[in-house]
Amino acid sequence: MDHFSPVIVAFCCHYCAYTAADMAGSMRLSYPSNVKIIRVPCSGKVSALHIMRAFQKGADGVYVAGCLEGDCHFKDGNIKAAKRVAYVKKMLDEIGIGGERVEVIRMSAGMGERFAQSAKDFTERIRKLGPNPVRAVLNQRESAGA
Amino acid sequence: MKTESALEKILAGGHLAVTSECGPPRGALPEKIKEKAGMLKGYVDAINVTDNQTAVVRMCSLAACILIRQMGLNPVLQMVTRDRNRLAMQSDILGAYSHGIDTMLCLSGDHPYFGDHPMAANVYDLDSIQLVQMVKGMRDEGKFQGGDEILNPPKMFIGAAANPFADPFELRVARLAKKVKAGVDFIQTQCVYNLERFTKWMDGVRDRGLHEQVYILAGITPMKSAGMAKYMKNRVPGMDVPDEVVKRMSGVSKDRQAEEGIKIAVETIEQLKEVEGVRGFHIMAIEWEQKVPEIVERAGLLPRP
Amino acid sequence: MITAERKPIEEILEYLEPYDRILLVGCNECVTVCAAGGRKEVALLSSALQMARMKSGRTLEVREMTLERQCDPEYVEELVNFIDQAGAVLSMACGCGVQEVARRFKDKPVFPAVNTKFMGASERQGVWAERCQGCGDCLLGLTGGICPIARCSKRLLNGPCGGSTDGKCEISPEVDCAWQLIWERLKALGLEKRYEDIISAKDWRTSRDGGPRKIVREDLAS
Repeated sequence: MDHFSPVIVAFCCHYCAYTAADMAGSMRLSYPSNVKIIRVPCSGKVSALHIMRAFQKGADGVYVAGCLEGDCHFKDGNIKAAKRVAYVKKMLDEIGIGGERVEVIRMSAGMGERFAQSAKDFTERIRKLGPNPVRAVLNQRESAGA
Repeated sequence: MKTESALEKILAGGHLAVTSECGPPRGALPEKIKEKAGMLKGYVDAINVTDNQTAVVRMCSLAACILIRQMGLNPVLQMVTRDRNRLAMQSDILGAYSHGIDTMLCLSGDHPYFGDHPMAANVYDLDSIQLVQMVKGMRDEGKFQGGDEILNPPKMFIGAAANPFADPFELRVARLAKKVKAGVDFIQTQCVYNLERFTKWMDGVRDRGLHEQVYILAGITPMKSAGMAKYMKNRVPGMDVPDEVVKRMSGVSKDRQAEEGIKIAVETIEQLKEVEGVRGFHIMAIEWEQKVPEIVERAGLLPRP
Repeated sequence: MITAERKPIEEILEYLEPYDRILLVGCNECVTVCAAGGRKEVALLSSALQMARMKSGRTLEVREMTLERQCDPEYVEELVNFIDQAGAVLSMACGCGVQEVARRFKDKPVFPAVNTKFMGASERQGVWAERCQGCGDCLLGLTGGICPIARCSKRLLNGPCGGSTDGKCEISPEVDCAWQLIWERLKALGLEKRYEDIISAKDWRTSRDGGPRKIVREDLAS
């Protein structure tokens, strides 16, 4: 398990988390390279299906990083995002993948450090949970294909 | 006189009527019902037998009524529309009348949600007002609800409930008027603790002259303890227990609370005797039937006619 | 509309246990509007089922299709080219859709993925509430446009019962007393007098009690 390097997909809002990630870079703050950032125009743009598909394709953890409460550029996209994540959590629990593999993280554009720290914390959390159980089948398929 | 009912005779004779009730046992225990009814002998004019009250399964009201009738007492068959459709209800009524049961109380019944079978289908083919209409049709027209003639139609003295304490208050007199229109002969009310609201309701009843078209028996339930008072206040739907009553019950030591409850019941009866249109009392001593004779006596309602 | 709610995935997985390839069929009508079985829900459930299978070391091939209306034979016919490849059909439509698919494809197992709930209206975003029970003899004209059959817990036609408290039903403070609503509406319409008209015992033959019902429009029927 020590060698386990989780694949994490981070849906980052253009107006906050994505800019914060940029800032973390320019501040030379290191964060785990296995966090794959997907820029979205608003955390409210991320649908339940986006998150589910990420897991289906083998992601070990997913987080949706949106603006601080009350700061959404589109009024309440971040609140909608939180509700959807709660919905997906339940679904992941139902199918035994585990709802704790998905989370909402909030930050503002200036929080470079917060971005780096959350990326580290979330990676650590997923590392403890171990690989996404669907990975075993995906790997088999891959090796069968190869 | 519309029927042979002893209760009707007493009411028509202008006496204050006294009824009480027995809850049948949760098992095939005929001696239980006999024991309860025996305690009431000589103290009340008729004994209501509840029909799966609070939606909890018990011995059927009809069978328990027969047992009581066989003791030479006058049972009141309670019937809720929750558990049976109109076929079953009419056949039960024929059966009851065949055993000399000539008085009944038509109710919709508590929702199964409250009972021991919340998963049961709830029937409600009819509501209580439609049940009154049906029983009256059986008696006065000699016809089943479906229109066919009845051979030897059952002559039931028809009762129904009224709850002056439920909401909306402004409908409570109007709903009684509907029951009167449907053909009800007598009414037993929800337990009275809030005299102010009850008398206000009676004012409305008299304004419309309903007290002259139906006999109203006020409901009385003695409280055993302050705990029971609080429970009834907070947990029983449609029950109105004013704070003063809870305070009065809590104000005496635990071992004196039962006596205080009886005292309140007796005082309530005394006060209600003064209300024009109240034609009697329905004393529901829940699992406390042995106290009924004492209440009746202390309230000056003895001897029975 | 007809409302529905997805079944627990565990129950769906039990149905699908023997199959490795399924056709997952949604419906564009009511179940789309109540977010139970439209295109989006089909995609989500497909993803969840595939992952659940993978977790147990197997795979599940899912073909997703969402029909215009699953309760109409001409749309169900669209499945004809795909049905053979599937071991079973999982339908996200209401019970009518499930049965229409079962009727058309006699040798194909069809399973419901949703529980069909009631005919209702949208109270607000994401909340639906029962409004009609299809009794077959509408009495809304007598009750101020509020149905006591669908909305009174005891379906009393001459309510309210003695359990009505502060406008709420005796079964729960979350449930409005239908007869309180009816009364308020009659008052607003100046029709208080109507309250005292007794609504007589209902003829339930027009309802489910008369057996399965059918409508035939002679001018349209072929």
